[in-house]
Amino acid sequence: MRKIDTRIIEEKIYDMALRAGTKLTPSCRAALEKAKNAETCRAAKFALETLIENAETAARESLPVCQDTGMAVVILEIGQDVFLEGKPLIAAGNEGVRRAYKDGYFRKSVCDPVTRANTGDNTPAAVHTEICEGEDIKITFMPKGFGSENMSGLYMLKPAQGVDGIIEAIVNTVKNAGSRPCPPVCVGVGIGGSFDTCAYLAKKALTRDVGTFNPRGDIADIERIALDKINALDIGCQGFGGATTALSVNCEWLPTHIAGLPVAVNIQCHCIRCEKETI
Amino acid sequence: MIKLTLPLKKDVAKTLRAGDSVLISGVILTARDCAHKRLVELIKNKQPLPFDIPSSVIYYAGPCPAKPGKVSGSCGPTTSARMETFAPALLDSGLNAIIGKGEMNNDVRKALIRNSSVYFAAIGGAGALYSECIKKSECIAFPDLLSEAVYRLEVQNFPAVVAYDAFGGTIYRNSVDIG
Repeated sequence: MRKIDTRIIEEKIYDMALRAGTKLTPSCRAALEKAKNAETCRAAKFALETLIENAETAARESLPVCQDTGMAVVILEIGQDVFLEGKPLIAAGNEGVRRAYKDGYFRKSVCDPVTRANTGDNTPAAVHTEICEGEDIKITFMPKGFGSENMSGLYMLKPAQGVDGIIEAIVNTVKNAGSRPCPPVCVGVGIGGSFDTCAYLAKKALTRDVGTFNPRGDIADIERIALDKINALDIGCQGFGGATTALSVNCEWLPTHIAGLPVAVNIQCHCIRCEKETI
Repeated sequence: MIKLTLPLKKDVAKTLRAGDSVLISGVILTARDCAHKRLVELIKNKQPLPFDIPSSVIYYAGPCPAKPGKVSGSCGPTTSARMETFAPALLDSGLNAIIGKGEMNNDVRKALIRNSSVYFAAIGGAGALYSECIKKSECIAFPDLLSEAVYRLEVQNFPAVVAYDAFGGTIYRNSVDIG
């Protein structure tokens, strides 16, 4: 058994949040560069060049890459041989987020869903916990903007719709979103599970690097086919047309009920910010 | 690149076409969901507005707080579609132009044609770059809304693209020209 004070987790989340807000993931940055070089549509190329220049400015000036510094998504994969001490875990996570958004001069974008009153400190974060083997804690921190989150969808397909139905759900979600979620997007997809676990899978899929494929061959095929179909839509960067509407389609799966085929499609804009660390 | 000074004169607005790249200088006012809701309520109740709508340009945006020594925090556009229920009435009241990102519905596009006005698309996700175009920033209304308050921004060479022109033209591949 390994004792870990939640204070350490709070500090890690604080550092990761500060870093995440001001830089794109290396895989996202590389994908934008590749898209820019390949683009022949004039307006889309201008937009991609602007985004790359923006990433450089943000890094140089330690400014948020995007003013939507998001709702903080925190995934904690906790080894079952860990004994947590100190402040309650979720409170520690929120404290890390609260301090980082203040000290980083990040936007506070969290509000009451009914009165719309801002909570003032970007909490609560969406903290997910998973219990796994071992005595480490793996932390993933992803600020999630809502221009793209708003364009996401969850579909309870019929089992008969099969692989074609899954691909159609993914492509149609991106098509209907059009220019609104700041394309080129990254598409996180959950296939299977139940209503709730399917949505979580889609979110978790977004924490995987752009350009990677699911180790399961038939799932990777869905990723490839969906990505090709999306990039044939000609929505392009910012909706200005062009060859790149999505940088990546990342699918994760779980077994589901014999009566159902849930598919969750979580849209992420081109501003992918994600930090991973292990304690 | 076409250099524009705000407010746009109608004869200048009429020279712009969807797809034109522009650099905007002048005064723009930020407003997003909550600010729009309040503005519309004030208009409905015939109460005074915190700024004159004619000659104003609204930028759909909510900036990050400014770091010490900086004029503004990151300040890119937000999704315009959420404001499309408010835009036609404001354009009909004389609003000079709008700046945001992404498609808006045909009601907005018809209002742009009716009023010889233009919708500019800023590059979504380029917030850090836009903060450098802001030379002065001042909160002029609804400070309790924090980042959703109305900020008066003086901008210089703010890059954007004409998304919908005054003749029904569109840059978006998802939509067709109207008018």
